[in-house]
Amino acid sequence: MSATTESRRQSPIADLNPVEKVLINRLQHGLPLVRRPYAAVAEELNLSEQQVLDAVKKLLAEGVLTRFGPMFHAGELGGGLTLAAMRIPEADFERVAEQVNGFDEVAHNYRREHELNMWFVLATETQGAIESTLDAIENTTGYPVYNMPKEQEFHVHLHFPV
Amino acid sequence: MSTSTSQSDPFITKRDRELILATQAGLPLVSDPWAVLGRQLDMDADDVLARFQAMQEAGVIRRVAAVPDHYRLGYRYNGMTVWDVSDDRVADLGAAIGELPFVSHCYRRPRHLPYWSFNLFAMVHGTTREEVEDKATQIRAALGDACRQHTILYSSAILKKTGLRLRK
Repeated sequence: MSATTESRRQSPIADLNPVEKVLINRLQHGLPLVRRPYAAVAEELNLSEQQVLDAVKKLLAEGVLTRFGPMFHAGELGGGLTLAAMRIPEADFERVAEQVNGFDEVAHNYRREHELNMWFVLATETQGAIESTLDAIENTTGYPVYNMPKEQEFHVHLHFPV
Repeated sequence: MSTSTSQSDPFITKRDRELILATQAGLPLVSDPWAVLGRQLDMDADDVLARFQAMQEAGVIRRVAAVPDHYRLGYRYNGMTVWDVSDDRVADLGAAIGELPFVSHCYRRPRHLPYWSFNLFAMVHGTTREEVEDKATQIRAALGDACRQHTILYSSAILKKTGLRLRK
């Protein structure tokens, strides 16, 4: 196992102005579903609608936000969702990451510091497609995949105050 | 919708599916995003909005929101804390851990013995490693003697982050 804790690929911490900070905090909680949602948020925050739209576009372009839009709940869509892990030797890591990321069903993939060093979330349109996709990943990469579907959900609310 | 061609997703209509496909990369950044979607899909803007409200109420959409790159916000340390908790107590204790304000996701998952003995996952984030470790200490205290062992898996790179996608 690699112990290169600090040899991470880091992007710089964003230099945010006060308007951007307030918007990032507010918009992680969800947009009101009304005809002019950005104007509604602007009014809450004493900003103009144009300020809100311009700031969100800028934050997306700079990669501070990875996405702005509906967050779907895969289970409620009738599809399959799981977390899976793999144990990949360092020399093969880049190749396998590329192969795993090549599957459209892989929504997120993180490198983690553990013997199981690759952790990804799989989202498929049908429950049955989870097994077949995991099989395909094993066949393509040549390494076993440990499937860790949720058995019980206790809480989900991601929020990063800035 | 009478033209239900898809038997695989009973929870959403064909229209909902089209709306999801049209917005999975993002919501239009214009004053009235529902009108833009309506023009694309030949729907009335109010009907588009009503479908989004209905999907949010049904839980198909958790919320329409901004997803930050947490590294860019200074949250360098993303710790997946994992716990080996007695099977007969994990349901109650999992609920308690999920209530802790700094836990963003908390799930029970299967063990893979002998390689993986942890059945409770709680995600915590921090600007320093010490902050994550302090939070893990609080979880450890809440689990008490029901916890046999634990570890923290830090992420060292985001390899991919596209969010959930339907195939077109």
